[in-house]
Amino acid sequence: MADIRMRVNGSIEKLDVEPRVSLLDALREHLGLTGTKKGCDQGACGACTVLVDGERISSCLALAVQYADRDITTIEGVSDPLQESFVRHDGLQCGYCTPGQICSALGMLAEHAAGMASAVTEHVADEEIELTAEEIRERMSGNLCRCGSYNGIVAAIQESAGSAR
Amino acid sequence: MKDFAYLTAHDVPTAVRAITTPGAKFLGGGTNLVDLMRQNIERPDTVIDITQLPLDQIEELPDGGLRIGAMVRNSRLAAHRLIRTRYPVLAQAILAGASGQLRNMATVGGNVLQRTRCPYFADLAARCNKREQGSGCDAIGGFNRNAAIFGASEHCVATHPSDMCVALAALDAIIELESVRGTRRLPLVGFHMLPGDSPQHETAIAPDELITAIELPDLPAAARSRYRKVRDRSSYAFALVSVAAATEVRNGVITEARLALGGVAARPWRAHEAERVLLGAPATEDSFLRAAEAELTAAVPLSQNGFKIELAKRAITATLRQLHVEGSAA
Ligand SMILES: Cc1cc2nc3c(=O)[nH]c(=O)nc-3n(C[C@H](O)[C@H](O)[C@H](O)COP(=O)(O)OP(=O)(O)OC[C@H]3O[C@@H](n4cnc5c(N)ncnc54)[C@H](O)[C@@H]3O)c2cc1C
Ligand code: FES
Ligand code: FES
Repeated sequence: MADIRMRVNGSIEKLDVEPRVSLLDALREHLGLTGTKKGCDQGACGACTVLVDGERISSCLALAVQYADRDITTIEGVSDPLQESFVRHDGLQCGYCTPGQICSALGMLAEHAAGMASAVTEHVADEEIELTAEEIRERMSGNLCRCGSYNGIVAAIQESAGSAR
Repeated sequence: MKDFAYLTAHDVPTAVRAITTPGAKFLGGGTNLVDLMRQNIERPDTVIDITQLPLDQIEELPDGGLRIGAMVRNSRLAAHRLIRTRYPVLAQAILAGASGQLRNMATVGGNVLQRTRCPYFADLAARCNKREQGSGCDAIGGFNRNAAIFGASEHCVATHPSDMCVALAALDAIIELESVRGTRRLPLVGFHMLPGDSPQHETAIAPDELITAIELPDLPAAARSRYRKVRDRSSYAFALVSVAAATEVRNGVITEARLALGGVAARPWRAHEAERVLLGAPATEDSFLRAAEAELTAAVPLSQNGFKIELAKRAITATLRQLHVEGSAA
């Protein structure tokens, strides 16, 4: 067993976990934060996306012990106009993928704001990259939606990115 | 997942000493290792977290090349200004792989050492010589649509799945390895082994070695380079075939040609035959076609992956054509 601490949604949490426990299971089973979802448990769907020091990761392939002393944000700690946009644009149906979509989109918007390119950016050296629908689709491709709410998701992110951010 | 001992190494000497413990494995971003441990394909007794090692820098070398620490995350490497301007093919290759989440986790060293995505390797009920030496290969007579067309053997037809490594092969990158026995530097081209009769032997790394850095040589031609990836869906999928290319053209003649293919072999496939045809040839559609034909002559298809031969030819010519058009416009 390993005694670790991490900051989760602003409060310091103490955890006593075996090293094999994933960050996803630590959040859900040990801390009761079940907003973060388990879709595939193998990095292939994005339902488990959380923010670590503001960067999006797949918590199912993360060992909790490796993230000791880091700053974790789950959907329970998010309060952002993007959530309203998701509702307004029907960016969800069953809602299972939504916590991951929201956390991923927040991480993605920060990456874009930092000037990062994507696989559909025509010239990777460009410093200003317009966040078109095509760019959003590519940058969000790590989040699958079994209900196929993609059009609404892209519209919600576009709206949120367009308003003062 | 089997339980294991866990420790964090904060400096390289500690890491390379710890890895001499039998059954120990390094943990980078974990995006491959944790996945395989959960499936009981990897079963380490000790896991050594190396992400705290001071190997997360990207530095310019006196000779004009770049040194990339092995702990640099894939996303940070692709975002780096010098990579985007001097080696765009590398930024593009990384961005073409996995997802934003996974690239934030994955390290350069872990990307090089990621295991194959052959479905039989990941299926404990199937036979796989890579996973269990001498057990056989279910891919050869089975689902082999994704399998190799170059350098396969009767023992294994798996491919190496990395996009990043295809660009590194075209760029003639060097891998730096460290162990208690000292430091070694090996070319990335040839670092991954062809299967032969020992497919379990996948790379030139020794079990006690740590990848500490990747070095890129100064290569002005790389400033105009491209990565093209063809896959079953347009994002978040491994390559069926991919191409990394850099060319330089003077007075209509090709004076520098770097070409490597992904998705076609157990190693990123440096296309030496195509390069030979291109060097000194006029930069024309005909030369591009002849180069693609020359490279693919040696391809050997299985029952389901013959389409990769035509696909690779078209991907090569399309990439060379695009570089040529962009070069002429510049
Ligand atoms: C759903 C999914 C989709 C993906 N799609 C793609 C894709 O399209 N293209 C692509 O290229 N990749 C893809 N990947 C693979 C991904 O790029 C790799 O998993 C990642 O690069 C591995 O890096 P890591 O740091 O997480 O490695 P880890 O999982 O930490 O380690 C991998 C292996 O390398 C060893 N290791 C790590 N670092 C070192 C070191 N410095 N020295 C010695 N040994 C070391 C570990 O012991 C382990 O054996 C995908 C992965 C997933 C899960
Ligand atoms: S649950 Fe982590 S990616 Fe699917
Ligand atoms: S809303 Fe149902 S999976 Fe996305």
